[in-house]
Amino acid sequence: MSAPVAVEMIDVNKWFGDFHVLRDVNLAVAQGERIVICGPSGSGKSTLIRCINRLEAHQSGRIIVDGVELTDDLRNIEQVRSEVGMCFQHFNLFPHLTILENCTLAPIWVRKMAKREAEELAMHFLAKVRIPDQANKYPGQLSGGQQQRVAIARALCMRPRIMLFDEPTSALDPEMVKEVLDTMVELAADGMTMLCVTHEMGFARQVADRVVFMDEGQIIEMNAPEPFFTAPRHERTRLFLSQILR
Amino acid sequence: MASLHDTSGRNNAPYMATALVPARMPPQGQGKGWRWVRSNLAGSVLQVVLTLFGLWLVYMIVPPLLSFFITDAIWTGENRTACLPPQEGVSVGACWPFIRAKFDQLIYGFYPADERWRVNIAYGLGALLLLPLLVPRLPGKRLNMMLFFGVFPVIAFVLLTGGNLRLSAFLGALSPGLGFWGDALLCAFILLAAAVGFTALRNGALAAREVARQLLVPVAVAALVLLAVDVDFGLVPVETRLWGGLLVTLVITLVGVSVSLPLGIVLALGRRSRLPLVRISSVVFIEFWRGVPVITVLFFATYMLPLFLPGDMSIDALLRALVGVALFASAYMAEVVRGGLQAIPKGQYEGAEALGLGQGLAMRLVVLPQALRVVIPGIANTFIGLFKDTTLVLIVAIFDLLGAMRAAFTDPNWATPTTLFTGFGFAGLIYFAFSFGMSRYSMALERHLNREQRT
Amino acid sequence: MPQARQPHAHLPHRLLPPARRWSLTNPKVRSGLIQLVLAGVILWLIWSFYDNAQVNLARLGVTSGFGFLDQHAGFSISQSLIPYDENMTYGRVFLIGLLNTLLVAVCGIMLATVLGFVMGVARLSGNAVIRVLSAAYVEVTRNLPPLFQIMFWYLAALAVLPGPRESWSFGLQPLMMWIGGGLEKLGLSAVGGWLMAQAAQLSAPGVFLSNRGLVMPRPVFEPGSGVVFWALVFAVLLSVVLGRWARRRRERTGQPFPVALAVVALLLVLPLLAAVATGFPVHVEQPELRGFNFAGGVNIIPEFVALLLALSIYTAGYIAEIVRAGISSVPREQVEAARALGLRGPQLLRLVVIPQAMRVIVPPLTSQYVNIAKNSTLGVAIGYPDLVSLFAGTVLERTGLAIEIIVMIMAVYLTISLLTAGAMAFYNKRIALVER
Repeated sequence: MSAPVAVEMIDVNKWFGDFHVLRDVNLAVAQGERIVICGPSGSGKSTLIRCINRLEAHQSGRIIVDGVELTDDLRNIEQVRSEVGMCFQHFNLFPHLTILENCTLAPIWVRKMAKREAEELAMHFLAKVRIPDQANKYPGQLSGGQQQRVAIARALCMRPRIMLFDEPTSALDPEMVKEVLDTMVELAADGMTMLCVTHEMGFARQVADRVVFMDEGQIIEMNAPEPFFTAPRHERTRLFLSQILR
Repeated sequence: MASLHDTSGRNNAPYMATALVPARMPPQGQGKGWRWVRSNLAGSVLQVVLTLFGLWLVYMIVPPLLSFFITDAIWTGENRTACLPPQEGVSVGACWPFIRAKFDQLIYGFYPADERWRVNIAYGLGALLLLPLLVPRLPGKRLNMMLFFGVFPVIAFVLLTGGNLRLSAFLGALSPGLGFWGDALLCAFILLAAAVGFTALRNGALAAREVARQLLVPVAVAALVLLAVDVDFGLVPVETRLWGGLLVTLVITLVGVSVSLPLGIVLALGRRSRLPLVRISSVVFIEFWRGVPVITVLFFATYMLPLFLPGDMSIDALLRALVGVALFASAYMAEVVRGGLQAIPKGQYEGAEALGLGQGLAMRLVVLPQALRVVIPGIANTFIGLFKDTTLVLIVAIFDLLGAMRAAFTDPNWATPTTLFTGFGFAGLIYFAFSFGMSRYSMALERHLNREQRT
Repeated sequence: MPQARQPHAHLPHRLLPPARRWSLTNPKVRSGLIQLVLAGVILWLIWSFYDNAQVNLARLGVTSGFGFLDQHAGFSISQSLIPYDENMTYGRVFLIGLLNTLLVAVCGIMLATVLGFVMGVARLSGNAVIRVLSAAYVEVTRNLPPLFQIMFWYLAALAVLPGPRESWSFGLQPLMMWIGGGLEKLGLSAVGGWLMAQAAQLSAPGVFLSNRGLVMPRPVFEPGSGVVFWALVFAVLLSVVLGRWARRRRERTGQPFPVALAVVALLLVLPLLAAVATGFPVHVEQPELRGFNFAGGVNIIPEFVALLLALSIYTAGYIAEIVRAGISSVPREQVEAARALGLRGPQLLRLVVIPQAMRVIVPPLTSQYVNIAKNSTLGVAIGYPDLVSLFAGTVLERTGLAIEIIVMIMAVYLTISLLTAGAMAFYNKRIALVER
């Protein structure tokens, strides 16, 4: 029996001006599946996952998230956004709000949750990412790794069914990468559907169900981690892996 | 997850692209121009409404202005009758003969007609020295700066006032019969000897020669300047109360700029000084002049300052206004420069000092050039503000461009329904051209410097 | 030069031999000397100013001091917020000038803020035409001197307005006439004619604009109007309570409550009910044309209108730039993060963008407010009776007490500036983003 599809992209094309950034992309992600997307910079991987919660609009093809097709219709976009959580490279915490307020903002104003309830939820997830004692500090007072874990907790507070990660560890100091990856591994163990743009190949081997390699706006190769890393088939994949693995 | 390869979906099986998808152009109707129109003019109903509203506003403003100032305007005529509407109910445009008739007054004030060539030379010389200064590519900036800020003001002063100040002997009682130049020479000699002697006592002969050289230059420059304003070149003296119009506007702006920048830098450094008295007096000076309206500074300079000076000392009205302008302009400039000094990281001071540069040299060679570069927009804004504030002198009865214009309005020979609008249009164009030009220039300069720094 | 190796004051010189005690290269001696010289210069300046002033005042035969504030003024003032006649003192004149300055400053601040925010947001509009128009507005208003603009409005724009007899009127009646006329032109003469007939039956319009200034209706309070006033106060209090209740309810249950709507309803309905119950004790005094001028109503002098327009339009250009810079300072990523969380539209603005933009906007905005107060002194050029015009103009002319008068005026503005600077320092400290 096959698991239901969480995200489906069919012949998706996108242009920035005249620049063809996504070219005939086809991808289906099952519920509970973990996808790692890698590729050289400018290959369109960030754009791909940003299309999934419509931070970018695609121009042709179809994107269906959890049974809802993304169109210009605002209601569909809202529904998708409140079910898809996202973590950014630069965390993008709100600097004027405390950690707790960062986490409760969307539950209160989008989910119309009572404040007490939202705070309990936030504390639950802050405990899960192991920083409950920082709840009343401001983002500027935390280290990069802590900020990224808060960002994960903030996204989780909306109880998303799908999580998107856009290079969550690229802006971190080396000693902080592990704490963030550990949190992501735990999340994966809970069965969350995840799409991660990352170059952490150790993480990909450990967690991913599939690794997607992109170049020039298209999916070049897609395979389970073991064969992907040990026996890459496409010439470009081999070149890329040789450059990042050494 | 065991169900890895049997989920539904289109291509979850191991996949490899066989051929690369070539880049295509965006689909039809999404070309560059159309996309721009869609996203900037007509993306939604609201967008269309806004576009139409905007175009309606443009239609309401631009064509009437054009027809008033150009197509419907009267271009020739000797007096007001040319600009009066031919019959009741017919409207006419701008009355340009009015500007032509008053042009000299707007540019020179009441400067005697026979002597206006002096103003023209000053204008021309200023432009000649300023233009190459503004083009970053041209060489010789140092010399050019010295000519514009050092030599030009002296020449302009002599040209405009007539020079021949008849400096009086100031050591009077001490040296009867010696006269001013005797006094000056005597003072210079005493100053030089004292400094050389003092240094020789402390550091040995070599340093003494160095000090002598360094002191000789300023003394010589001061002597030259004094000489220039004291010699009788045979120019007819023109009192400043005859000056007016654009001449006064530009004189006040230039004097304000050249006084406020150095004074502002000194005040900014003073405000960051470690010496409490220096710091406090700088703060008080800066905050006081920044805290009161410009017009009260001019009132202060006009009505109050004369009371504070010895009774037999009568100061020229324009000079009083200039003192007021210098006071507030340097206070504003000081705050701008301070912002730049704060923006320079501590590492730059440390780096300069690590190279063995003393505090003064570190400031002059490393910190200040960077700080001033950072605050070019702020400096330009202060200059523009100063330029706009020159209009205020008309309140203390000095006729700048706006004041001259207001005086021209009262001429009954030119009283027509459109005189006022024509005058404001003309003066507005001049003010706008200068300030807009200055702000655009500072932006371009900033971009140029940023580009230069990056490469 | 052996002395070149001497330590500098700002470098730690623990490891170097101490400087000679009375040497010029000893930083302590040097700084002491510099300060001594500076102190000497300052003291000499103060003393010589004082001495010269004594001599000059004695020569001019002016009795200095603030006693003149109790003398009779003996001149009339064209605009006064408090009762005034020529028998009152210079002290009263000072108060009137101060109030007039504050009046034009406060009105200017409100108008400039609204206009500036609209223009600032318009500069960031997605619509190219609106963007270009607001950019043109900003460039034109900021690059023309404020005094030029004041004079333009006073001498040119307001002067071409018709006299009181042909004044432009604003109100329901002319609006209906205008629409009716338009409809007739469009061929809907039946509807247009009806509208114009209805308009003709209405009383005279409310607001007249002429070269004598702006004339508006004046509310006249009769006995019993106190009830209406207290009803309004009660409605305000009730609104505050309602707002707090709504917030607590939202925090408890998450349910929103249309507070804004309820507050508007409260503020309108309660005073209206009170007015009905007491039989409308407030009536409006309509201005009427008598002879060559208006009688009744509130007359706003043209000097005020010109000054207010020029100050607001000029300052709005600066506020627009401040608003634009403030909003642009919020990184695009912040908006994206908020969108990714599902926030949108007004919520996104209110919860994420505005709080961050305001930190950047408020400090320069406040200094623009101070600038409005300072620039209101330019009213002296067109004879608006503000503090400077009345005091440094008329009173200075009559008494010749330059020092006292200019000191008083400077003190007023210095107080305003310093108070604002203090408030800003406090605000900046409070809102500063907490960083490591």
